[in-house]
Amino acid sequence: MSIDVQNLSFAYGKHQVLYDISFQIPDGCLVNVLGPNGVGKSTLFKCILGLNAGYKGRIQVNGKDLKGLSIKQRAREIAYIPQSHAPVYDYNVLDVVMMSTGNDLHLFAEPKAEHVERAYAALERVGVAHLADRTYTHISGGEQQLVLVARALAQNARTIIMDEPTSALDYGNTVRVLSCVRQLAREGLSIVQSTHQPDQAFLYSDRTLVISAGRLLAYDEPKAVITKEMVSHLYGVDVEVNSLYDDRIRVCVPTSEID
Amino acid sequence: MADDTLAAPAPAPAPASARSRGLEVARKNDRSARLFILGLAILMVVLVCVSLMLGRYPIEPVDAFKMLINKIIPLEQTWGAQAEVLFFNVRFPRILMALMVGACLAAAGAAFQGTFQNPLASPDILGASQGAALGAAIAILAGASAHVISATAFVFSMSTIVLVFLISSRAKGNRIMVTVLAGVMVSSLFSSGVSFTKLVADPTDQLPAITYWLMGSLTSVRLHDVAIAALPMALGCATLLLMRWRINVLTMGDDEAATMGVNARLIRVIVTLAATLITATSVAVTGMIGWVGLVIPHLCRMAIGCDYRKLMPASMLMGASFLLVVDNVSRLATTSEIPIGILTAFIGAPFFLYLIMRNKKL
Repeated sequence: MSIDVQNLSFAYGKHQVLYDISFQIPDGCLVNVLGPNGVGKSTLFKCILGLNAGYKGRIQVNGKDLKGLSIKQRAREIAYIPQSHAPVYDYNVLDVVMMSTGNDLHLFAEPKAEHVERAYAALERVGVAHLADRTYTHISGGEQQLVLVARALAQNARTIIMDEPTSALDYGNTVRVLSCVRQLAREGLSIVQSTHQPDQAFLYSDRTLVISAGRLLAYDEPKAVITKEMVSHLYGVDVEVNSLYDDRIRVCVPTSEID
Repeated sequence: MADDTLAAPAPAPAPASARSRGLEVARKNDRSARLFILGLAILMVVLVCVSLMLGRYPIEPVDAFKMLINKIIPLEQTWGAQAEVLFFNVRFPRILMALMVGACLAAAGAAFQGTFQNPLASPDILGASQGAALGAAIAILAGASAHVISATAFVFSMSTIVLVFLISSRAKGNRIMVTVLAGVMVSSLFSSGVSFTKLVADPTDQLPAITYWLMGSLTSVRLHDVAIAALPMALGCATLLLMRWRINVLTMGDDEAATMGVNARLIRVIVTLAATLITATSVAVTGMIGWVGLVIPHLCRMAIGCDYRKLMPASMLMGASFLLVVDNVSRLATTSEIPIGILTAFIGAPFFLYLIMRNKKL
């Protein structure tokens, strides 16, 4: 089991954000987390990543209880891909990827040749090795996101969390990044990502997890979860869910635009 | 830790070609930086050699080196006793101290710019300099000796950082922002304190002493000052050199660093303490010397990029050379010495304006 969350509750001070959430994500599963802004998706991710220490309940990653792991040990189990962002300083792409490779090094050690190799291999696996000696802040948003994917791979963790990886990308880059993620899940990694597009969940997830007002609303196959009723409930928009190519794919269309 | 090795999954091993290509890219990046650092090291040695000969009291270049060698292997004495006294008591320690202080201030500036993710951070961003200034001013008011003044400055400087950490640990909000804000506030509080000591100081001797101390100077440095300062400076610089790769990871932000297995808070505390230690020591010995810590890391960044594995040693070497040159100007340019703090600001401020007007990312 990649991620096993039991009765998770979390509050920022007196502000309760997550209520009694339980779910299990098997190995090699690509999970899409849906829910409007501010319902606790990011908070849930932070809990699973070990960044919100004061949670109630139990979180296990790859069979290990999160509370029993050190920061380094945690980094060997689970990696995080943030939204592509502009760092203050201009690092080389290879140096950016290498930053995640230090979880087997002691406090004073620096990455060695094997870490360089690991970083470069990760760039190749994502298909952006040609960017290795470019400056990270000078490449496009889509390329930056792929480099961050490579950085998570170089970390050698089996589980990866992505927080809205495509929200700042154009259509082409969105498809490229999500295809890459899809492929990595097929290769055996467990990936959890949040998104604002129900259509993306149809295309790029094995299971869809819905969070609303801090509670787990649904967790099943995308076709079972993403219905007219669910989308209307979540986002307050009426949609028609249509199937294409013998129901291999489904899409949501706002009904207000159909007439 | 036995299960650690088991925990790592087995990703497809990199094909041999990818391995060598990755190393090739890394090596290509390293080569120019290595050359730059080597160049800085050579420059520093040359500058030291030149500086040993410069001075109002003429010492023959050959004699200068003979005197140094004579300390290890006895040579035939071709120089006067006065020259030797002057050389070892005044010129030599002063050159050493200029190198040490320059390296320390530049390293501390680079460290703070990284840990606080702020290109405008300088060694005194958390109030280390103002704390030292207040300590020194109070000691001067109390009529203390030069050594007590330095010691008080050092203690005040370190205490200031502890105070800033205590305040920021109790404050809510973005940790980095809160720490820098606390530093700025404490700094301005202490600077008012310094103003007050000037107000009550005896205008005939204490006031000039405080003013002169605040401007920074290497004039009175002797060999035993170098010996005392060397230990904390070496300790701090060694820590920064050991931590330099991790400072890279810190620039990505605390949460991201943590998900990559780097304990950002711990590293930040260690780096801040090390940087403060060398700043406090520098300020205690020489008074306030501004701008070196801000400007030198930026110059190095322009030349070799942001990777702290190269930036940290490069900043140290360039800082050392820079302060040595400025100190040479300070002691030789005019008949009476120009305080070095004034000179560094004269060079630093215009350079900073140039940086802003370059219309590029710092």
